[in-house]
Amino acid sequence: MRALWIIGGIVLAAILGPFMLPWGYDVIDWNWVRAPAFTQGHLLGTDSIGRDLLARTLVGTRVTLSVAAAAALVALVIGVAWGAVAGWVGGRTDEAMMRVVDALYALPFMFVVILLMVVFGRSILLVFLGIGAVEWLTMARVVRGQVIQLKTRPFITAAEAAGAGGAAILWRHVLPNIAGVAMAYLLLTVPQVVMVESFLSFLGLGVQEPMTSLGILVKEGADEMDIRPLTLLVPGGLLVTILVCLTLAGERLRDRFTA
Amino acid sequence: MLTLILRRLATAIPTLFAVILLSFLLMRLAPGGPFDGERPLDPATREALVRAYAMDTSLAEQFITYIGKVLRGDFGPSLVYRDFTVTELVAKGLPVSLTLGALALVLALFIGIATGLRAAIRPGGWTDRVTGIGATILTAVPSFVTAPLLVLVFGLWLRLLPVSGWEDGQWSALILPVFALALPVAGGVAKLTRAGLASALNDDHVRTARARGLSPGRVLFRHALRPALVPVASYVGPAAAGLLTGAVVIETIFALPGLGRYFVQGALNRDYPLVMAVVMLYAGLIILFNLLADIAYGWLDPRARG
Repeated sequence: MRALWIIGGIVLAAILGPFMLPWGYDVIDWNWVRAPAFTQGHLLGTDSIGRDLLARTLVGTRVTLSVAAAAALVALVIGVAWGAVAGWVGGRTDEAMMRVVDALYALPFMFVVILLMVVFGRSILLVFLGIGAVEWLTMARVVRGQVIQLKTRPFITAAEAAGAGGAAILWRHVLPNIAGVAMAYLLLTVPQVVMVESFLSFLGLGVQEPMTSLGILVKEGADEMDIRPLTLLVPGGLLVTILVCLTLAGERLRDRFTA
Repeated sequence: MLTLILRRLATAIPTLFAVILLSFLLMRLAPGGPFDGERPLDPATREALVRAYAMDTSLAEQFITYIGKVLRGDFGPSLVYRDFTVTELVAKGLPVSLTLGALALVLALFIGIATGLRAAIRPGGWTDRVTGIGATILTAVPSFVTAPLLVLVFGLWLRLLPVSGWEDGQWSALILPVFALALPVAGGVAKLTRAGLASALNDDHVRTARARGLSPGRVLFRHALRPALVPVASYVGPAAAGLLTGAVVIETIFALPGLGRYFVQGALNRDYPLVMAVVMLYAGLIILFNLLADIAYGWLDPRARG
């Protein structure tokens, strides 16, 4: 679980870091435009219009991670509710609900998110609502499978025999038992969402200037990399670290709960 | 096999219809129209434009007319590229995107199956461990990060390969984009091949084949690899979807004249007909790829034919 410690460190830096820096993420230092690293006051230098790169990277990480957390929670809520109801009720309802999931799986979902962004304007709130609304499918499938397995277990029958209602059993007995698996998939959803968000921001369809995110920073870095590779390597490296660590931790957790 | 294909098509058509309806409604209900430029238009001109593009009828009417036209292959004029119809833009961009995607898919399957095979022969060995971590990293790193990094190293530092553009169909210009696009998929394929092969090598039929004295190569390729590739086959559908999406950003980075770049431009400029055509086309392609994956699945695993 070293991966989770690294993530913890990054989260902490993203939350606290910007408060400790002399420069804000959107403040322009007219004396130093495109400053190299270790310039006085700018540890990583400044970007093409003189904003502190370290401050921008930290704030960008903060934005990326909060969008990811919020969207993953949306996905968790929809996915667990959908999957639990489908698995629990079973029969025709299950069939119909899973058909919907199948149909949505076949959608080119990145394009649907882009459509949503184009239609409803490009605000952060909609970025994560949109992403969360399409990222719940895997969660729904997994939860449904777990619920169907649990349904046949003796303690559920016992609860039914004791006279508990369907909703109560679902809430008290089923959901606590799928919490581990749901947690693992939540952890695996976060990197997915990070990827979608940075993808959109990279194309200019996600988070908007002067707000920043790791996707925007990678884009800006890619435009400048021939002169100052650091502008690409720092945000790119951070993004890769976040994605790899979350994926590794999620996979470990998933294997533990499903094996 | 035929029933399988027909059943898939029966679910594919409603999905496709839903995509068309959804994109149509979203695009039409959007605030801000294609004629809202920097300068407000003179009301008479505006009205003439709205009438010329038949945007003064009811939504339902517009939708029915639209479907009729789509079925005849007419996606209407592009609202931003004024001199082109959407069909012309698609005809120009699609071959580029398909070439890019197909090459990347082949490369990803090749790299993925080869490394997965190599790793599974000796489970727990160092190649296995390196492949495991490497594949996770590859799948986790998005192509819009790999692409600039590849450009930086091979294009700018080593100066081996062209950085962007594809003006005169120069093949070396495709190498970096194809690799950037293929690597995440290759990681997924490697993982699946490794897992599938590792379990297949422990199967009874493989033990029997070994016991009958078949050579290790024959056991591996004739008896173990085929069942091991079943999960890989079912991954081809989602992988193709991933490649199509990845192509959007790769085409933007490498300035390739593909469909993805038109899509991004269309999305930024609210070019309804263009965006809808691309979404429908990609939905159709993804459904097609899922169908092909199902057929491959049935070919590899006869139990799945039905």
